[in-house]
Amino acid sequence: MSRIASIKPGDPLPEREFKPDNVQLFLYNAALWNAHRIHFDYPYATEVEGYPGLVIAGPLLGDWLTQCVIEWLGSDGELKSIEYSNRKAAYIGETLRSGGKVLSLERESGSVELELYIKNEADEVITPGVAVVSFPATQ
Amino acid sequence: MSTLLTSDLLANIGRSAPPRKELVTRRDIRKYAIATGQRLEKYLAGDEAPPMFHVALFWNVVELEKLTPDGVSIDSLLPKFPLERAMAGGLKIDYYRAIFPGDVLVATRTLTDIYEKQGSQGPLIFYEVIMQVESESGERVLTEKTTRILR
Repeated sequence: MSRIASIKPGDPLPEREFKPDNVQLFLYNAALWNAHRIHFDYPYATEVEGYPGLVIAGPLLGDWLTQCVIEWLGSDGELKSIEYSNRKAAYIGETLRSGGKVLSLERESGSVELELYIKNEADEVITPGVAVVSFPATQ
Repeated sequence: MSTLLTSDLLANIGRSAPPRKELVTRRDIRKYAIATGQRLEKYLAGDEAPPMFHVALFWNVVELEKLTPDGVSIDSLLPKFPLERAMAGGLKIDYYRAIFPGDVLVATRTLTDIYEKQGSQGPLIFYEVIMQVESESGERVLTEKTTRILR
């Protein structure tokens, strides 16, 4: 039986805590070939750009939203689409949290819409998102 | 009513950058998976690429002297906008199939829209870029739409 039979609107997705440090941010931007100084040059980020610290790369926060979805899905379904926006910056030293919930579902087609978030320590949603996943349709 | 978007600027809508072709390697998948904190073994082993691996695969690889002083590469697809300070951006990705080591993928980026809105502190310019990623044989892999806001 498809797992969608047991899913209902409001079901939470497991939360996960992230504590990105300089090493992770360096490796991420190296993997991209992204040399933007706001991610590794502390004096530049704070004194020239006026940020309070080194800025976590926006697409890394988006990646964490996709991880929230695919770990919840397991091998039961597929990620079909994701949409998110980076509304507020996050900085090295912050503890962030990903999570979400089921917004709606169509059992006949197997389609499930999810609401996603990255929150900061102040419990502000800094990266909201929506994903659509697909489970095998119910018979 | 629009004050910032000249007809010359709007004429850039529809422009595409030359297609870029990249080979997906297990090593690059592994590096991306570790850097992003993936926990699924298929990603950490490089057997399959995580959903946002294409961001790294198609990030522009530019020479050092072509970076601006702040370390950013200039996107030749974009015209010079009258507003330059970038605000929050958004991304929408539609997936058609997973990416695996050995795939040769082709990405084509097109500037699909430029529009203006009035923000609370002045005008804002929005632009959208769509990147189509396909296999060499033309099979759809994913579509990514990026929206950026300038103030």
